[in-house]
Amino acid sequence: MRWGWQLIRLWSLLVYGFMFLPVAVVVLLSFNASQFGSFPMTGFSFRWFVELWNNDAIMRAFRTSIVLGLLTAVISTTLGVLASLALVRYKVPGANAISTLLIAPILVPEVVLAVALLLFLNFLGLHKSFTLLLFGHVIFTLPFVILVVQARLVSIRRDVEEAAMSLGASPVQTFFQVTLPLMLPAVLAGALFAFTISFDDITGTLFWKPGGVETVPTQIFAMLRNSISPEINALGTVMIVMTVGLPLIGAAIARQLARKSGT
Amino acid sequence: MSVEAREARQPWILLAPAISAVTLLLLVPLIFIVVYSFWLRTATGADQVGFYLDNWQEALTDRFYRDILFSTLRIAAITTIVCALMGYPAAYFIARSRGNKVILLLLLMLPFWISYIIRTMSWINILGVSGALNTLLMSVGIIGEPLNMLYNETTVILGLVHFLLPFMVLNVFVSLDGIDTNLEDAANSLGATKWQSFIQVTLPLSLPGLAAGGLLCFVLGAGTYITPLVLGGPRDAMFANLVFEAIITQLNWPLGSALSLMLLVVLGALVMIYNRYLGMAQLMKGLG
Repeated sequence: MRWGWQLIRLWSLLVYGFMFLPVAVVVLLSFNASQFGSFPMTGFSFRWFVELWNNDAIMRAFRTSIVLGLLTAVISTTLGVLASLALVRYKVPGANAISTLLIAPILVPEVVLAVALLLFLNFLGLHKSFTLLLFGHVIFTLPFVILVVQARLVSIRRDVEEAAMSLGASPVQTFFQVTLPLMLPAVLAGALFAFTISFDDITGTLFWKPGGVETVPTQIFAMLRNSISPEINALGTVMIVMTVGLPLIGAAIARQLARKSGT
Repeated sequence: MSVEAREARQPWILLAPAISAVTLLLLVPLIFIVVYSFWLRTATGADQVGFYLDNWQEALTDRFYRDILFSTLRIAAITTIVCALMGYPAAYFIARSRGNKVILLLLLMLPFWISYIIRTMSWINILGVSGALNTLLMSVGIIGEPLNMLYNETTVILGLVHFLLPFMVLNVFVSLDGIDTNLEDAANSLGATKWQSFIQVTLPLSLPGLAAGGLLCFVLGAGTYITPLVLGGPRDAMFANLVFEAIITQLNWPLGSALSLMLLVVLGALVMIYNRYLGMAQLMKGLG
């Protein structure tokens, strides 16, 4: 039966190849000197990254995406951490129903969520704007933050807090000096998740964004209408480095913090 | 106020912001579009408030919408099956590998973190007229003219599989990893062949993970409109594209409400059936 395992191995190798090949081609083509964003490779060049840097529309989209992602991460993580604390630390009547309610935004297809939010806030007089975009991003990142933070929070032992209190710390002191440092990896993981999801979103963003405002994904989408320009490949490479690099750095920091706090 | 009463109020204070956010930004808007779908968009562009069945009649009886709904479900089903066929063996390989499982899993999850739009458009680099595949085939001399491989239903499915495969692998891995390998050893020692013990022991035990991955692939696949716009031709619109058209292009918001509710009901029914038989816990395991 050894060949059976070899077959599975070969198949898995092909699956890995399938997942990585297109991404690798994007990175490869972004260094292509040719003026078309396609094969053949005519030489190695950084010119598309320079063009990217000098492209106002793209740089504006980058700034919008980063501001939006950071605000989303801050709001969503705050709401998510508070709710997770309540769900993990207290006996709340109807906790199951509340959990289901809080993760509902990922159970509803994003298109439907986008339509409902857009039309309702429009009805209330809040038209397409950055605020609407922010509301939208907060609501669909919130479930992910709650799931990630809750999963980590369960592992923090209650007796450490009780020890602090019995030694005379007030509940507020206990929270800031004991609970929060222990929770920090969970909080950072939640924030990182929210930022990455917000930074990557296009499905809802295309519904909510006001005219003239572009995030990086919608900017790429708009540029695709013509044809693939080499700049898109360069932008893709930057995005890949950011979206892969950030979580890796985040995970490393989280592990470092976790090691320091001894959990 | 007594200490007990304060203690009992605390969790509600912590929960209040999140619950109000979900209520105001999701639940009330959903109820609102139910009401809105019975209004009427008049020729002048104003909404006629009232109880009109016109949008629903159009959404439910127009053959155009029905055909696209069915083709959307077909595309999502094919995508899910392909994801299962590709993802299950890969997840099995990772779960049973003697190497570093975490690294192997992280590696396969890496594309999951890479921008969806970039991953979708990356297939144009591979399959486009001057893409990698055509360049390769022409330089080898198999073809003289570049082939038109892009912008059809197959490339839409390809893009969706590339987007959704990590969800499948992760869910199957989580359930395979939780199976006690002693069970397989026991089956083997009782005379089952490796294949028999896989079919009769491991596969049934991993079905909840397969179902969770399948549900995610299906629901996410059926709700997309970006992939058909980037990798599909003009005739490969999916149901969410109709919603986008109605809301953003035609500005017929009441009709758009009815169409999005149709999508919600069809996909929601699947989630309900899943929840009835398997429960949400399995779905959350893969995310936590």
